[in-house]
Amino acid sequence: MSAANRLEVRDLHRSFGGVRAVSGVSFTLESGDLLALIGPNGAGKSTCFNLLNGQLRPDAGSVRLDGAELVGLPPRRIWALGVGRTFQITATFASMTVAENVQMVLLSRARRLFGLWRPASACFRDEALALLARVGMDAQADRPCGVLAYGDLKRVELAMALAGDPKILLMDEPTAGMAPFERLELMALTASLVRERGLAVLFTEHDMDVVFGHATRVLVLDRGRPIAEGTPESVRADARVQSVYLGDEA
Amino acid sequence: MTAPLLDVAGLEAWYGRAHILTGVDLTVGRGEVVALMGRNGAGKTTTLKAIMGLVGQRAGRVAFEDRAIAALPPHRIARLGVGYVPEDRRIFADLTVEENLEVGRQPPRPGAPAWTPERLFALFPNLAEMRGRRGTRMSGGEQQMLTLARTLMGNPSLLLLDEPSEGLAPIIVRQMAEAVRRLKAEGLSVLVSEQNLSFAAAVADRASVIEKGRVRWTGTMAELMADEAARRAYLAL
Amino acid sequence: MSFLLVQALSGLATAATLFLVSSGLTIVFGVTRIVNFAHGSFYMLGAYLGWSLVERFGTGVGGFWASVVAAALGAGALGALMEVALLRRLYRSPELFQLLGTFGVVLVLQDAASWIWGSEDLLGRRAPGLKGSVEILGQPFPLYDLMLIGLGPLVLGLLWLLFNRTRWGTLVRAATQDRDMASALGVDPARLFTGVLFLGSALAGLGGALQVPREAVNLHMDMAIVVEAFVVVVVGGMGSLTGAFLASLLIGQLQAFGILVFPQITLVLVFLFMAVVLVLRPHGLMGRAEETPPTAPAALAPPLTAGRGAGWGAALLLAALALVPLVAGDYALIVLTEMVILALLAASLHLLIGLGGLVSFGHAAWFGLGAYGAALLVKHLGAPMPLALAAAPLVAGIGALIAGWFCVRRSGLYFAMLTLAFAQIVWSVTFQWYGFTGGDNGIVGVWPPPWAAGKAAYYWLTLGLCAGALALLRRAAFAPFGYALRAGRDSALRAESVGIDVRRHQWLAFALAGSAAGLAGGLYAFSKGSVFPTLMAVPVSVDALVMVLMGGIQTVAGPLAGAAVFHLLEAEVMRMTELWRLALGLVIVALVLLFPKGIVGFLADVLADRRRRA
Repeated sequence: MSAANRLEVRDLHRSFGGVRAVSGVSFTLESGDLLALIGPNGAGKSTCFNLLNGQLRPDAGSVRLDGAELVGLPPRRIWALGVGRTFQITATFASMTVAENVQMVLLSRARRLFGLWRPASACFRDEALALLARVGMDAQADRPCGVLAYGDLKRVELAMALAGDPKILLMDEPTAGMAPFERLELMALTASLVRERGLAVLFTEHDMDVVFGHATRVLVLDRGRPIAEGTPESVRADARVQSVYLGDEA
Repeated sequence: MTAPLLDVAGLEAWYGRAHILTGVDLTVGRGEVVALMGRNGAGKTTTLKAIMGLVGQRAGRVAFEDRAIAALPPHRIARLGVGYVPEDRRIFADLTVEENLEVGRQPPRPGAPAWTPERLFALFPNLAEMRGRRGTRMSGGEQQMLTLARTLMGNPSLLLLDEPSEGLAPIIVRQMAEAVRRLKAEGLSVLVSEQNLSFAAAVADRASVIEKGRVRWTGTMAELMADEAARRAYLAL
Repeated sequence: MSFLLVQALSGLATAATLFLVSSGLTIVFGVTRIVNFAHGSFYMLGAYLGWSLVERFGTGVGGFWASVVAAALGAGALGALMEVALLRRLYRSPELFQLLGTFGVVLVLQDAASWIWGSEDLLGRRAPGLKGSVEILGQPFPLYDLMLIGLGPLVLGLLWLLFNRTRWGTLVRAATQDRDMASALGVDPARLFTGVLFLGSALAGLGGALQVPREAVNLHMDMAIVVEAFVVVVVGGMGSLTGAFLASLLIGQLQAFGILVFPQITLVLVFLFMAVVLVLRPHGLMGRAEETPPTAPAALAPPLTAGRGAGWGAALLLAALALVPLVAGDYALIVLTEMVILALLAASLHLLIGLGGLVSFGHAAWFGLGAYGAALLVKHLGAPMPLALAAAPLVAGIGALIAGWFCVRRSGLYFAMLTLAFAQIVWSVTFQWYGFTGGDNGIVGVWPPPWAAGKAAYYWLTLGLCAGALALLRRAAFAPFGYALRAGRDSALRAESVGIDVRRHQWLAFALAGSAAGLAGGLYAFSKGSVFPTLMAVPVSVDALVMVLMGGIQTVAGPLAGAAVFHLLEAEVMRMTELWRLALGLVIVALVLLFPKGIVGFLADVLADRRRRA
């Protein structure tokens, strides 16, 4: 679809009260990539995400999208430039229906959020339904988001992220809380979106079946530092990675 | 055989509308260390919180010393002799080390070791050097020690220890393991949730493995170490 | 020079009283996370109790001080009672319910005090042994005030010892930081909180009892002090004792010297000071950023639905209302006119609360600004009514645009406090700028021209304008603008991450709601023929909140029903009894405890329940 997109992350640092949450993280993300960010709890994955989408400001380092610096911009500007994200703890608009959630993003994309007259539920409804169909949620389009099952919310999140027509997609634990077959399904869907749209995806994941089944590359963090990066096979064989997960040090 | 110290049967718990625990069964005998193993999100933390009365909605049976505690508020459960050490430490950052210990202080209880700040400082020498220091100025490992010491001030007979090794440097993890072994030697019973298999192997007598809010496997720690299939299915890469 | 010194000293005496009261408020907030409106009432009750006891026993030094202490203990006991009976059930409620619930107590205690002590000002006995004054650089200064100046630091010291050197104080500080963790360590939070309410209310009562020798005891003391104490607590940093002490000193001096430099706007100075501090130091002088916001999570909001045939229903209702003048008399038309105006006021507030999750405690400011805008045009420029009515929403909207820029920078309780502060600024300007606004005397003679002077004609005019404004508000609620507001409320994080500028939407909503309230105010001015500063005082803001709450927050029709029921209730109860505030207070407390979803929400639940059974 669009020309090759490139997110370059160089030497990110962020501390909280003396504790280094993220320290020296660098990687490059290009169209077609499905990069998995893994590591034990507290390794700095979520912080990393928040640094990339502007929710947190790094102490040092740079994040460039096709050459343009993103550090210092607020989240909504970074989103407008083409970096979408889904959240670990799902954050949909609970008082709206599934379709309305997606419509909000489409309205935002079209810069029509300040409309005072035309009902919002009539705007971009067909587009929203098409996106929902893509993630398999069109049948539940008119249910309130507040009553959905966890796995379904994750799919709505994905539709909302796609509605922003992103170049780069950050997915924080996209399959947490899903049944195993749902996980594989969602990741297969993500992989096909990557191919179709020339997306680049960065995701965190605890389910190693998902990671090694779908990621094109894997980056392992431990206590804020990158300890390994490479193909799934090379990372799986890495002794340090083994010890971080199996805790051989004790 | 006498009844176990802690007997959990069919424990369910919800966060909002999310049904996290669907039926947890486990026991902890007197003087025993039991490891609650499982992946992230399997329900380990919620199990400990539900036993302690810290989740909004729960159902099922929890008996401590043959007494039903599932309907009691947390402070009543604590006063019966259940000590809870949270995963995220939650020390009172504005309070000094000594004040943190003071908050945990409860009268001594028959059948459980009685702790004083001095005895705890002997167990955790690092803490002794910073008794007047506020929590904001402590490292993660020191905070973890303080959380444990603070709970011990309540002279519990059962300790609920949530992921004590998480995010700690290897050397601190070894100290934690040593501390748990000494507590067991003092006569304490411990239910410890862990992802770290070698830590669990170093401290626990038995293990219960939880997956998706339900205990799927129970046995001795040695059996778990020998059962490669169970480990692959529920724990490892 | 000596004059300035005495002025500074009297500022210190003011500061001491302020500190006594606000230390209690900040302690209660720190532990319970509830902003206790009734705190000022405990101050007032302390004063009344103190007055009664001092009259009876206060001839000697011992009797006087025993009376003061007994009054403080009495106020403390009432505070503890309120914790057990009310606050305990509100700890996990949205902040709107907490604020309103404690305001209900304010109203009840006001009427109770009026019933027991009467509405006349009461002058108390001077303190035995401290009646005279001393010479300071040749200027006389009251001995009693000198004692107060010493008392402030003494109380600060004692409180410091209590919180840092006793087990109870340590437990309170622990529970302040992490209630759940403290209870998991065996600390009973309920008992601790009752004790804290006792302590905080006793401090307020002490502050009140100590005023007996200084000033007349009256029924307005409660609101006057609680608003000032809010400012002190917010400026100092909510929950911080030293912050409250520092802020008391600053505000005491600001008042003492402000009166020399700008005698017209001393009240404004205080609130401006607060607004500036909050913008520069968002958490106050000594406050720290909260890791978790200081408010309880709002109840999960269900989707806003138009309801089947809502449009037809509204048209039918409008037609029915338009036909009323054919059958009803003048009195009914007057009540109905006011009801329609209040419905617009409530609906405008609902835009903020129901859609934006923004609890404004100063919405009366825009209602009053609209009323005054219209009345001032008539009075000073002789403007015709249509022009004045057109100016009303404009003036209020501009005011709200300016205030809103500050207010939407903060959320939750701080937003509520900021809106309250701006309402007080508007109120005090109106109250003190005698030459322009007529001050306390208001502006009279604001009547409609002959063509609209009949009760029926004015009713139709009101109905038409309000129905139009309501239709616009309703459109906005269902348009992308209203949805974006709700998106910001449901999840500000998510909204920002899909490109929604939450703050800008809130700001515009604030201005829109302000100008709708302004139109209501303008119509109100011409319906009464006069305007007074009370139109923009706190009780009117609370009335509006009660209407919204009564109707139910989660429905668009709710505020309209709420306004109607509220106004009928007010008119009827006032006819039957003098104790309107008592009744209203009890209604509020019942609402927050028993019907948190309001009338419309309650009926909807009952209907849904019945449908499920059928």
